[in-house]
Amino acid sequence: MKTQPTSAPRSAALNSRRKFLLDSARAGGAATLLALGIGLYSRQSVSLPASAIRPPGALDEEDFLGACVRCGLCVRDCPFDTLKLATFGDRVTTGTPYFTARDIPCEMCDDIPCVKACPTGALDHALENIDDARMGLAVLIDEENCLNFQGLRCDVCYRVCPVIDKAITLEMKHNTRSGSHALFIPTVHSDHCTGCGKCERSCVLEDTAIRILPFELAKGELGHHYRWGWKEKEKAGKSLVAPDVEHQYNLPPGQSYDLQGEGLIIKDNASDASPFGTNPLDTLNKNALYERRDARGTQE
Amino acid sequence: MNQTHAARHPGAEAIADKGWLLANKWLLARRSSQLAILLLFLLGPWFGIWLIKGNLSASLILETVPLTDPYILLQSLFAGHSLESTAIIGGLIVIAFYMLLGGRTYCSWVCPVNIITDSAQWLRDHFKITGASSLSRNTRYWILGATLILALVTGSISWELVNPVSMLHRGLIFGMGLAWFVILAVFLLDLLVSRRAWCSHLCPVGAFYGLLGTHSLIRIRADARDQCDDCMDCFKVCPEQQVIRPALKGHMKGSAEIIGPVITSQNCTNCGRCIDVCAKDVFHFGLRTNNIVNNTTNSKNISKQLNHSSGVEVL
Repeated sequence: MKTQPTSAPRSAALNSRRKFLLDSARAGGAATLLALGIGLYSRQSVSLPASAIRPPGALDEEDFLGACVRCGLCVRDCPFDTLKLATFGDRVTTGTPYFTARDIPCEMCDDIPCVKACPTGALDHALENIDDARMGLAVLIDEENCLNFQGLRCDVCYRVCPVIDKAITLEMKHNTRSGSHALFIPTVHSDHCTGCGKCERSCVLEDTAIRILPFELAKGELGHHYRWGWKEKEKAGKSLVAPDVEHQYNLPPGQSYDLQGEGLIIKDNASDASPFGTNPLDTLNKNALYERRDARGTQE
Repeated sequence: MNQTHAARHPGAEAIADKGWLLANKWLLARRSSQLAILLLFLLGPWFGIWLIKGNLSASLILETVPLTDPYILLQSLFAGHSLESTAIIGGLIVIAFYMLLGGRTYCSWVCPVNIITDSAQWLRDHFKITGASSLSRNTRYWILGATLILALVTGSISWELVNPVSMLHRGLIFGMGLAWFVILAVFLLDLLVSRRAWCSHLCPVGAFYGLLGTHSLIRIRADARDQCDDCMDCFKVCPEQQVIRPALKGHMKGSAEIIGPVITSQNCTNCGRCIDVCAKDVFHFGLRTNNIVNNTTNSKNISKQLNHSSGVEVL
């Protein structure tokens, strides 16, 4: 420097610059620490407990947390006090709306006031028909305790379902325990279930056997290359694979086997001609012959 | 610092001169405003009178006028959410309001945390707890920036997980849960750790509103600054002490140029406490017009000079 300033102001300027840098570094450091803490906390809080259900029309959880301003207007416009805001310390992200189906389920209002109330679109305004809501999916989770699974006719979850016979149907199965009765199995269909939680609320057990779960817990996913043969056949109007080769059964004369359901067919006119000889040894020897042949077959 | 002044309760002279009521009128007005706003929000849940619904983050007046906190909207934008028109209209109304009335008017007239931190400060003065913050007052801007980056990185409005401002207001209306611990932390921070730590050093909400009101119309003016008898009461009560000096002392000898008499700093919260405690009625609310402002470099020099010349450390 050519023109050397007097030393006092120069060191003062240096000091103030150093002070500024130091102050900035400390402030920046404090802010970074805080941000790091909150950031880690926010990573954790993205996982919503399975029992907490978002209001209808809620965006995917990650998008929802970027859109919801925690104002509670949806809570205010819910006529059934279903929705509440999570408080600090809850397992649900602080300030965000949710409901617990077992306490108060969603009543599926036709005009969807909670969605209308949302100022930010965290509850998607594109949802106009409440039947299109997908808050979660009902899953009959405890087959060991569900009364219908034991052969009783409880049916309560089925009866209260607002989308009865579409979201939940009763599927008749054979009751192998009694041998002569039917089981009416409540069966949830994901293409109609809105996740309102009325089934969970009304389950008569001490603790519910049917629960609303988030989709990612409730649903599996088919292998992407899998195709249901019968659906493809229906779509194409014909079988897409070569028809089965007619199987040759080694059956006694007068008998045949239908693979498609009838099973063993014994021709009436052949009933006189018994496949078994009068000599029991013949039958035994024949069986031994079959066994040997089967053993050879498996070796190959 | 002058011994007699230090021992005296700030505002005592004003009370003697003007009477208790006039010497506390802005404080009373401010508390009334804070409580009235809170009560307006509580009328619905408590009495079923729905004049306003929601909370400070977003609300709806009489089922028609939306209000939205522009800071939370900004975070939402950073988080990658495209906003609905209702939120944007609500945000613009709030922005216009505070650009006119002073950004940090929010802090002293609306924010419920102010009651907490003012209480802490009152106790701090009462029990003579000292200890200045070693943190810069600019820390809040760093935190403000950090909250926005955080929103960008996490894709969620992460700051709202811990924000004591919205947490207290929302809590009082919708249920506190464990949020009292956060509020207690802020209270203890201001009471024991350092003076005005939260509102004047750390809070990014205040920092945001401060920036919003950088050019706001309503300001506190020190038009009668010639009357100032250097009693220091305004400095003692001011939560942002650094903002007073340029306006009050900007005409003193030693200043390269004359500046003021408007408190132009964005960090002034328009709380009016300086008006209350001044026995000489130096301050009053007014517009930012008729103010001598220098270009930035000059005013920087002047404030630097003022810092050196006054010889009083008021952090």
